[in-house]
Amino acid sequence: MRDFSYIAANTIPEAVALLDEKGESARILAGGTDLIVQVREARRDVDWIIDIKSIPEVNALDYNADTGLTLGAAAECYKIYADDAVCNAYPGLIDATKIIGGTAIQGRAAVGGNLCNASPAADGIPPLIVLNATCVIAGPNGEREVPVEQFCTAPGQTVLKNGEMLVSIKIPAPESNSSSFYLRFIPRNEMDIAVVGAGASVVLDDAKQTIVSARIALAAVAPTPLYAEEASALLAGQEVSDEAIDAAAEAAKAIARPISDMRGTVEQRTHLVGVLTRRALNGAIERVREAT
Amino acid sequence: MPENKDYKVIGTRPIRHDGVDKVTGRALYGADFQMAGLLHGRVLRSPHAHARIISIDTSRAEALPGVKGVVTAKDLPDAGDKVADLGEGAVNLKHLCDNILASDKVLYKGHAVAAVAATNPHIAEEACTRIDVEYEVLPSVLEVRQAMEPDAPLLHEHLKTTSLGETAEEPSNVASHIQHKLGDPEKGFAEADVIIEREFITGTVHQGYIEPHNATAHYNPDGQLTIWCSTQGAFTVREQVAEILQYPISKIKVVPMEIGGGFGGKISVYIKPVAALLAKKTGKPVKVLMNRADVFEGTGPTPASFIRVKMGATKEGKITAAQGYLAFEAGAYPGSPVGPGAMCIFAPYSIENVIIDGYDVVVNKPKTAPYRAPGAPNAAFGSETVLDEIAEHLKIDPLEIRLMNGAKEGDRRADGPVHPRIGFIETVEAAKAHPHYTAPNGKKHHGRGVASGYWFNIGLESSVTINVNADGTINLVEGSTDIGGTRASIAMQAAEVLGIPAESVNPSVVDTNSVGYTAVTGGSRTTYATGYAAYEAAQEVKRKMITRAAKLWEVDEANVQFADGEFSCINGKEAQISFRDLCARLGETGGPVVGSGTVNPGGAGGAYATHVVDVVVDEETGKVDILRYTAVQDAGKAIHPSYVEGQIQGGAVQGIGWALNEEYIYNAEGEMTNASFLDYRMPTCLDLPMIDAVIVEVPNPGHPYGVRGVGEVPIVPPMAAIANAIYDAIGVRMTELPMSPDRLLKAMGKI
Repeated sequence: MRDFSYIAANTIPEAVALLDEKGESARILAGGTDLIVQVREARRDVDWIIDIKSIPEVNALDYNADTGLTLGAAAECYKIYADDAVCNAYPGLIDATKIIGGTAIQGRAAVGGNLCNASPAADGIPPLIVLNATCVIAGPNGEREVPVEQFCTAPGQTVLKNGEMLVSIKIPAPESNSSSFYLRFIPRNEMDIAVVGAGASVVLDDAKQTIVSARIALAAVAPTPLYAEEASALLAGQEVSDEAIDAAAEAAKAIARPISDMRGTVEQRTHLVGVLTRRALNGAIERVREAT
Repeated sequence: MPENKDYKVIGTRPIRHDGVDKVTGRALYGADFQMAGLLHGRVLRSPHAHARIISIDTSRAEALPGVKGVVTAKDLPDAGDKVADLGEGAVNLKHLCDNILASDKVLYKGHAVAAVAATNPHIAEEACTRIDVEYEVLPSVLEVRQAMEPDAPLLHEHLKTTSLGETAEEPSNVASHIQHKLGDPEKGFAEADVIIEREFITGTVHQGYIEPHNATAHYNPDGQLTIWCSTQGAFTVREQVAEILQYPISKIKVVPMEIGGGFGGKISVYIKPVAALLAKKTGKPVKVLMNRADVFEGTGPTPASFIRVKMGATKEGKITAAQGYLAFEAGAYPGSPVGPGAMCIFAPYSIENVIIDGYDVVVNKPKTAPYRAPGAPNAAFGSETVLDEIAEHLKIDPLEIRLMNGAKEGDRRADGPVHPRIGFIETVEAAKAHPHYTAPNGKKHHGRGVASGYWFNIGLESSVTINVNADGTINLVEGSTDIGGTRASIAMQAAEVLGIPAESVNPSVVDTNSVGYTAVTGGSRTTYATGYAAYEAAQEVKRKMITRAAKLWEVDEANVQFADGEFSCINGKEAQISFRDLCARLGETGGPVVGSGTVNPGGAGGAYATHVVDVVVDEETGKVDILRYTAVQDAGKAIHPSYVEGQIQGGAVQGIGWALNEEYIYNAEGEMTNASFLDYRMPTCLDLPMIDAVIVEVPNPGHPYGVRGVGEVPIVPPMAAIANAIYDAIGVRMTELPMSPDRLLKAMGKI
C-alpha cells in the first residue's frame, strides 16, 4: 500500500477548500469501505484522504413526514435501517442498506459513499432513483442540486467537479398509497456484487387497483445505474396486471446495455432485467396493498 | 486384523488439544512469525499468460531506498535436465525450478518472475513495480481440448507425449497418455440393452484454504537454513527446497507453523525457496506472504477437465461395460491428477469389462496441485451422472442400481488392485435407510439426487515418539501438521493402548530436526498412518512399562498383565499398579521410558461415500439452492467422530461450491478475472443447510483399530448428486461445471 496523507475536515467549507487545493490527488473518506480497499489494491491513486465524518451536516438523518428525508452523505447503513420512520417511508432504500456488505460493513458504509463510488452495480443507487432523490453538492461556488439519476456519468465517475463534495441526499416524503422495493440477483445468498439490480416505486390509487405512477431503476446493466424512464411511464394509469408489469419489464430490458464479465453474461443480464423488474414492481405493489 | 472390542477412548469426543489456542487466537501461524532484523519479501508476477522473457532489469528496484536484495531465476542453481526424486515420484527439476522463478518463459498469468526483499512490505511492493521485464508475448492456450490440437501453441518445446511406454517424435502439449483395461469392453457393450454415452466439462477450481501461503527463511552464518512456514508436510518442504536450491537436507530445518487449511494445496512449494534465496542474498531473515490474488494466480488449483463416459447395462440393471476418456489440464507443467481420476472413475462398481484412457495436458494456467481426492471428483461427475441416466432409463431406483452393481471384497479395480474388505454397499444401504431418502419431495422445481464416490487413500511413512512423564501423562511427538483435528485422533490411539484418557496425552507437531521422517498430511493418511505409528510407539511404551513393573515386583515379565490402564501380577504374588503410579517410579526402575513407532503401511483401505441431496431451482434466474444434504461415508473406525463428521461436512461443502459456482474465469488474454473471494464464489454459511453426516463403520483390515482415511472421499459425490437432483427438479441434464445460474438458464432455453 502506498503512502498517503490523512486530514480530518470539521466543516463543509474546510473540506471544500482542501478538495479545491489538492485537486485530483484528494479523495473523501466517509465509511472508507470502498476507498481503503481501492488504495490498498492500488486501484486508485490518492495522496490526500480527507475525512469528513466529523462534519455535522454529512451525518444528518432527518426525517419529516411533510418534507421527507435529509440523508447525510456519511450516514451509515445501520443508522438508516435502525430508524423506524425511515424504514416505513422508504422500504426500497432499506432493502439496499441491508444487503450492502455484511453487518460489520453496514456499520461503516454510507449510502452517500455508495453513490460517490459510482459503481454501475451499486445497490444503493436504484432505490434513490426510484424515490426521486436529489443530491446536495457543496463546492467553491456554493451549493447546487442534481437528481440522483444524473449524478453518475461512468463507472467510478460522477458530476462532482474539482472542489465539490456530496453533502446530503434529499428524498421527498412518500405519497399516500406508495411504496418501494429493491432486489438484486446474485448467485449466492450473500457476499456478492449484483449481477443485476432492480428497484421500483409505485403510487396506487385509493382502491389500490390502478397504478397512478411508477419509477423503475436498474443496476449493473450499463456504465451507470439507469432510470428506466419509458418503462416507468408505461405503467402510469394502468390497472395492476401481469400484462402491464410484463410490458414494463420488456421496456426495461430494451434499455439494458450490459457487458459480459466474471459476474454475468449479456444474455443472462438482459434476461434478469425482465425477471427482477417484475419482482421489484410486484414487491412494491404488494407493500402498498399490505399497508393499512 | 483390527482389534474387536469395546474401546475406552476411541469413538469418544474429547476436546481437541489445540482447541484453546485456536479459539483464543493464541495459536501461531506463519504470518505471525517475527524475529529481529526481519525483511519483507514480495514476488513480481507475470502479467501475461504466455511469453518469452527477453530481459529482466532489476537496477531501478535495487536503487530504491529500503530494498535489500532482488532475486530472479539466475539466482537458482542450473537445473539442467536433472530429475528430482521427491520420494513420491520423480519430477523434472527444471519444471520444478521454473515454477518457482521463471527462467526463459512465463507460462501463466501470475507466474513468479522475480522477488524483492525490503525493510517493509510497502517498499517491497513498490520495488516490484520498478523491475523492468521485457516480454515477447506468445499465443496462449487455456483449454484442454484446444491444447491437444496439433496446431495448438506449444508450452514446452521439448515435451513429447509418452503413451503406454512409448515416447512420440514430435513435441506436444500432451505430456502423457495412460490406459487401464479389464476384460473385453467391446463384448460387454454388445451384451448391453441400454448404452448411455455423454461428454462432461469441469472447471478449474481452487482449494480456497483461508490462510494464504507464507514463509520466513533464515540462514545462520554456518549455512544452516531454517524455514518457518505453513505446510502440509515439513519433510516434503525440506526435500523440495533441497532439490531446488541443490542444498543438503541436513542443512535445512523446516518448522511447520499452525496451518489454516491446505486440502492438498500446501504440499507444493512456491515462496519457500524464494524466501530462502532472498535470505541468502541479504544475510537477513526474510518473510514472504501471499495475498489472495497471489494464491489464486500463483498456486495450484485442481484441473479443469474434459470427460467422456460410456456405460452399458442389461435391462435388469447389470452394468456390462464401461468406458472412460479423461483429459485433464495439468496447468503449466505436466502432473495433473488424471492418474488418480482413472483409478477411481468406476471403482464403486464391479464391472467385468472396462477401458479407461487418461491424458495429462499442459495449458497456460498455474500448475495444478492436489485438492482433496485429486482427479476423482472430475471423474465421478461423469460416471455418476451416466449411471443415474441408466437407472432412469431402466426405471430402477438409483440406489438400487448401485446395490446391484456395488464393488465388494475380492472385486478387481480396472487399474489392477483387488479390493480388500470395503464398505461401499454399506454406505448405499445406509443412504437408502435414511429418512431423507424417503421424505416427500414432490414440489414444483424441487429435486432429489444421489451419487457415490471412491477414494483409495494412502499409507506412506510416519514416525512418532512418546516420552513418558512422571505424572502419568505422555508427550507425543509427531511430524504430521494438524489440519483437521489429527492431534486428537493420533493422541487418542496412543491413549487407547496405554489405558489413559486422551487428555493425558500432550501431542506436539515438531520440526524436521526433532522427529523421524513423516510424509505429508494428505491422501487421507494422517489418522491412519501417523495414528498407526502412535499405536506402535504406545505398544513399545507398554512393553517397557511391563518390564518396569516386573522389575518392581521382582517377577518375570511374562507374569505381568496390562489391562484398562492397570498392571497386575498374574502369577505368584498379589500386586497391582496403575499406569500413572508406575510412571512416578521410572527413576528407580531404570530411568526414563521412551517409545517410538515408525510405519510405512500398505493397507490404507479405500473409502466410499454415498450422498443424497435435495435442491430447489429458481426457474426464472437459474439459481440452485441446496435444501437438504445427507452424506454417508465408511470411516472404517471413527476415532473421534466429531472430526470425521467435520471432514464429511467440509468435503460435501467444497463439492457443493465446485458444483454450483466455483471456477476460474478467464478473459481472452488468458487473465483470470475473478482472483478474489468476492468473485470466486465459494459457498457461504447462508448457502448451505446443515450437512447431515452419517458414519458407517466397516473396519479396515490394514489398521489395528480399523481406521480408513476420511478426509477426501466426501468431495467426490456432490457434483453428480447435485446434477442428478437438478435433473429431477427441472428435467435438464447438466454436463458442465459449475452449474451456475447462467448455464442453467441456457440449458433451460431461457437465454
